[in-house]
Amino acid sequence: MQRTIGVTGDEAVAYAAKQSSVDVIAAYPITPQTIIVEQFAQYVANGEVHTEFMCVESEHSALSACIGASLTGARVFTATASQGLALMHEMLYIASSMRCPIVMAVANRALSAPINIYADHSDMMGSRDSGWIQIYAEDAQEAYDWTLQTFDIAEKHDIMLPVSVNLDGFTISHSMEGISVLEDEDAKKFLPPRPLHYVIDPDKPITIGAGNNPEYYFEFKRQQEDALRRAFKAVLETTQRFRRISGRKYGILDTYGLEDADVAMIGLGSCMGTAMEAARALRRKGEKVGAIKLWLYRPFPEREILKTLEGLKSLAVIDRSCSFGAPNGALCSDILSTIHDANLKLKISNVVCGLGGRDITVPMMESIYKRALKQSNVKHVKKEVSFLGVRE
Amino acid sequence: MVVLKDLPVEELFLPGHRHCSGCGASMAARMALKTTGREVVITNATGCLEVASTIYPYTSWAVPWVHTAFENAAATASGIEAAFKAMARRGGRTSIPAMVSFAGDGGTFDIGIQSLSGALERGHHLLYICYDNEAYMNTGIQRSGSTPHGAATTTSQAGTKLPGKPEWKKDLIGISISHGIEYAATASVAYWNDYMTKVKKALEVKGPSVIHVLAPCPRGWRHEPADTVKIAKLATQTLYFPIYEFERGVYRLNIKVPNPLPVEEFLKIQGRFSHLFKPEFSSEILRIQDWVDANWTRILNLCGETKTQAT
Repeated sequence: MQRTIGVTGDEAVAYAAKQSSVDVIAAYPITPQTIIVEQFAQYVANGEVHTEFMCVESEHSALSACIGASLTGARVFTATASQGLALMHEMLYIASSMRCPIVMAVANRALSAPINIYADHSDMMGSRDSGWIQIYAEDAQEAYDWTLQTFDIAEKHDIMLPVSVNLDGFTISHSMEGISVLEDEDAKKFLPPRPLHYVIDPDKPITIGAGNNPEYYFEFKRQQEDALRRAFKAVLETTQRFRRISGRKYGILDTYGLEDADVAMIGLGSCMGTAMEAARALRRKGEKVGAIKLWLYRPFPEREILKTLEGLKSLAVIDRSCSFGAPNGALCSDILSTIHDANLKLKISNVVCGLGGRDITVPMMESIYKRALKQSNVKHVKKEVSFLGVRE
Repeated sequence: MVVLKDLPVEELFLPGHRHCSGCGASMAARMALKTTGREVVITNATGCLEVASTIYPYTSWAVPWVHTAFENAAATASGIEAAFKAMARRGGRTSIPAMVSFAGDGGTFDIGIQSLSGALERGHHLLYICYDNEAYMNTGIQRSGSTPHGAATTTSQAGTKLPGKPEWKKDLIGISISHGIEYAATASVAYWNDYMTKVKKALEVKGPSVIHVLAPCPRGWRHEPADTVKIAKLATQTLYFPIYEFERGVYRLNIKVPNPLPVEEFLKIQGRFSHLFKPEFSSEILRIQDWVDANWTRILNLCGETKTQAT
């Protein structure tokens, strides 16, 4: 049984956290994440949850407290965005290295300066090598569904890693949608209490976070990388189980119209809804266009992406952040290294758009497609990033 | 007052660690654990105590111990305490262990002051022990907000113009008490029974408490390892480091000093102050003595003591 409720993306995430029976939340307010913790504070005030809700004095302390709680065996959730995520940066690596299965919603927002509260992916992209499993949602429904699912992924014994559930600021976080939610009993059945391994317990004292010299550090990092790579399998297991209970199909990535497509657009987050809408409109005009939406960005699903690229002539990679001084946007760099040895006859074009909340529209997506289509017929593509929708 | 025969023989801060000979910080940790017993969780800020007690795969800690980063021992501890509370609520472990954080003066006075302030304000049941060796000893003796005026460190050098650190030491206890907490105290590794009694008292408080324990560092203070306790004692006997406590609104002077010595006695056996004895900087010793006298008077007033009673 499921119900439909009208909520914003932030409220959807808060509702999922409530249904996940979270033990500890430590968070600090930052737009556009704030509604998540405000909504949760309401659950606390009404006695609807058993959660210890900690309003800490900074994001650095928020994640520090989450790490402490997670090491104690608690199910832990937090949320942040932009500058908050940047302030957490030190602790992001410590959370993943100490194998804390924390789930964190990131309402993606531009980084200062100049200060800007609107959507882009600069915040999470700046932390993409931090060892977190990184999921991008397209809308409020996905934000709700992924929040529930990611606890299960994070807490698996062979994973034990933190996960960020990314939802674009305002576009998802503040937009009201009708979403289907599980009944509480079904959510509980899907997500039983966290299994405990090696937790803080005076009856079985362990030392966590010991100093490390060159003799051992490298082995820890290697094990961490192996654990992160096991997330591919974990995502598939969890999403299949979730499908049985919710009827909604998730996985590593989602595709539209690739069966006979010559050109495709690939990207992350809410703009991929726009890309698919544009692709639908173009298909009605007879254009052979498809779209690939990555749900999972880290670990980077090379194999799954390669499978989707077979038969394509041109691929437009949409980056919603700027990797200053880099040869390409962050996603495009990953795509290029993915296809490097694949022997595909594929032209790649890279578009950076939508920075600081600049709208990404259907006509923009159509122009991205047209440019990619043009490139598919050109012998040598001049490699450069194009900035779309900016006054120059 | 804790007496010697009350102390457990059992060590929970185990030997074999890599602290320097005469290290005050390791003494502060060992004494505290003699008081806490096994029902405790330790969080430790990055610093000498963390580095020298745990190089993997070794550990000196026979109780649960967590180190995450430098500036967040209090925040990490508050998360652990919250987790125990929430898990007890849904049928987990019902007895909640004591939370004790250890951090040096760098991790407390400077980079960790925000995290400490947040934890004190939120009211977690947590004892925060700052072992104060008056500089960033772990990184090689750099000045901190706790380094006293006139001390030479690697970033407040004594030269031909400057007599070591120009600034004065922060008042950690004043800052802590301003948060409205029930218990805060200074202590010293030289007065073990006073310190251990305070640890015991602090753990009985429902809410946050702070102990600021003076822990000399032979490397940074430039003194003989065998003199750690002697110098810690001189810090109090020269009135440089008064030992007092604050308990539910009442201040108490714990170590009275019948025959106070001039601060010079504390300064002259430490290499970090040796430049003050050159003629060009001799006025600095007078300035330090003035600071000591004013601070002592302030504390006597807080404790409701008159000069004749306390000295």
